[in-house]
Amino acid sequence: MQGNILTSLYAFGLMFLSSFFLARCSFNKEETVEIDSLHAYHTSWDDGLEDYRKTWPGRFDMGKPADAKFIAKWDIDVRPDGKGLPKEGAGTVKSGAVLYQAKCAACHGVNGYEGPYDKLVTDSTGKNTIGNYWPYASTIFDYVRRAMPFNAPGSLTDQEVYDITAYLLYSNEIIKADDVINSETLPQIEMPALKRYVIDDRKGGQEIR
Amino acid sequence: MKERIQTRTKRSLQIVAGIILLASMGFAGYFYIQSHEQIIEPDVPSQIVVDPSKVQGRATAEVGYRSPFEKPKKLISTTSARTPLQDLYGTITPADLHFERHHAGIPEIDPEQHELLIHGLLAKPIRLTLADLKRYPSVSRICFIECSGNFRYGKREMTPQEVCGLTSQSEWTGVLLSTILKDLGVKSSAKWFLAEGADGALMARSVPLEEALPEAIIAYGQNGEAIRPQQGYPMRLVIPGFEGNTQIKWLRRIELTDKPVMTREETSKYTEKIKDGKIRMFSLVMDARSIITYPAYPKTIEKGWQEIRGIAWSGRGKVKQVLVSTDNGVHWNEAHIQGPVLEKAHTAFRFMWNWDGKPTRILSKVIDETGYVQPTYNELVEARESKGGYHFNPIVGWDIDKNGSAYLAKVEDIN
Repeated sequence: MQGNILTSLYAFGLMFLSSFFLARCSFNKEETVEIDSLHAYHTSWDDGLEDYRKTWPGRFDMGKPADAKFIAKWDIDVRPDGKGLPKEGAGTVKSGAVLYQAKCAACHGVNGYEGPYDKLVTDSTGKNTIGNYWPYASTIFDYVRRAMPFNAPGSLTDQEVYDITAYLLYSNEIIKADDVINSETLPQIEMPALKRYVIDDRKGGQEIR
Repeated sequence: MKERIQTRTKRSLQIVAGIILLASMGFAGYFYIQSHEQIIEPDVPSQIVVDPSKVQGRATAEVGYRSPFEKPKKLISTTSARTPLQDLYGTITPADLHFERHHAGIPEIDPEQHELLIHGLLAKPIRLTLADLKRYPSVSRICFIECSGNFRYGKREMTPQEVCGLTSQSEWTGVLLSTILKDLGVKSSAKWFLAEGADGALMARSVPLEEALPEAIIAYGQNGEAIRPQQGYPMRLVIPGFEGNTQIKWLRRIELTDKPVMTREETSKYTEKIKDGKIRMFSLVMDARSIITYPAYPKTIEKGWQEIRGIAWSGRGKVKQVLVSTDNGVHWNEAHIQGPVLEKAHTAFRFMWNWDGKPTRILSKVIDETGYVQPTYNELVEARESKGGYHFNPIVGWDIDKNGSAYLAKVEDIN
């Protein structure tokens, strides 16, 4: 009798543990999407494609797997929530000011609004700038690292990009002279223009917007 | 002594005058012969001038060429090149006249060195070469690609190319993005993807996955040949109906994400100011548009029958109807549209018109299959409280003066 109780307790215990384990697994493993379900056959260019697809193999196995090291080399985008920002480095307005004059002023003007190319700093003309038009501060880091300076794109170190980002935010009166820009502080900055942005929701039809 | 010097001076003056006289006669004679020669023998290959049926023609060549009488040209700036819409027939743009817009020049890419990385919210990130891409089942698609900043106005002497030459059409061949993603275990949290180019700007745009997936193509062919460097060699993204900037050229990376990355191109650029001080972002689909490409500035027409010709298109589907007015919008007539009408494609329209020789204004407007009617400039200005910017697609037309010369009609006057 006692043995029976012990056995059933043991069995229940196992069941409890395994269900916990299974639950954990399913929590960890995110569901994947059936891509075919997203593919709507709706233009004349899709005529016959559904039948053609039935002749395709289940998998193509083309190319080669991309390992983490390769991905890390190319995965350079920085997002509003800070994802992609380098953990190392912290930008200061003071260093950014020096770098700006050396690397940016020739195109954007000594104060950031004289041109000849895009105005970066708000002035009396009301033209679009970082301060009055850009909705996210992360975009400055992403774009400067991606494409600037024009004559040597992608040549700046992460530290330099942090410095220039700090300087441009300061010039637009978004941060103070002694504020530091790093992976913690940059995502917390709220840009003045963000509240003006709406996502397009037009779907055709008669309305003109 | 003084007199001798004077005589000498006089004589040298006479010599100089003589030289000048001779030289000018020489020049006059040269120019006379030159101009005379041009009249007798025009500066074109002689086989064309003489009866072509009496001489042997040119030998075959490995690559063709245009007739020397035809010189269609793109209109270029440092960062763009506009398609000469007024010089084209039908709806396909020759690949070398396709519009261009780049942000860091045209990269020269060795296809052997180029790779496409697909990663992010998927189980199996992969690297694909051009050769890998070509092994997938392929598709072809005729569609337009239009830059969303494609409206210029402000003076009468403007050609269709100057007004909206940042639109072109090709047959694109490549692989459906859905075909590639099928294998990779895309996670359900993936709602967007970032597409990035290999150019100096690493041009990058976020695209909503569900909206783009049914039609997005990673293309390597354009009008039967490999995509040209200007159009993204060796591979580019093509998303029929979407604004040109999202259709990343020199494509090297696709990253599946949960949210848009908010790159510079989808925030500080390619967004438009609209009503109530708002700024609209991710206006991805090109609105319906039409333009008469003949008669148009700088053409002059004769009194009598003309075929008014143009193109119409919509990023939301097929062109349903094109209306043409030859009396400044008092009456609108249905134009003939050339079938088969394709989705998200330049569609040719035609209308026969007997011009009575009186000054008038000719206009076109398109209605697409969603029922959207191409608006006037004033309607757009009122709806958006903005006088231009991206996605401005107003009705345009041409003033025909008493001599038959066409000039761009003032958009503010079109109602």
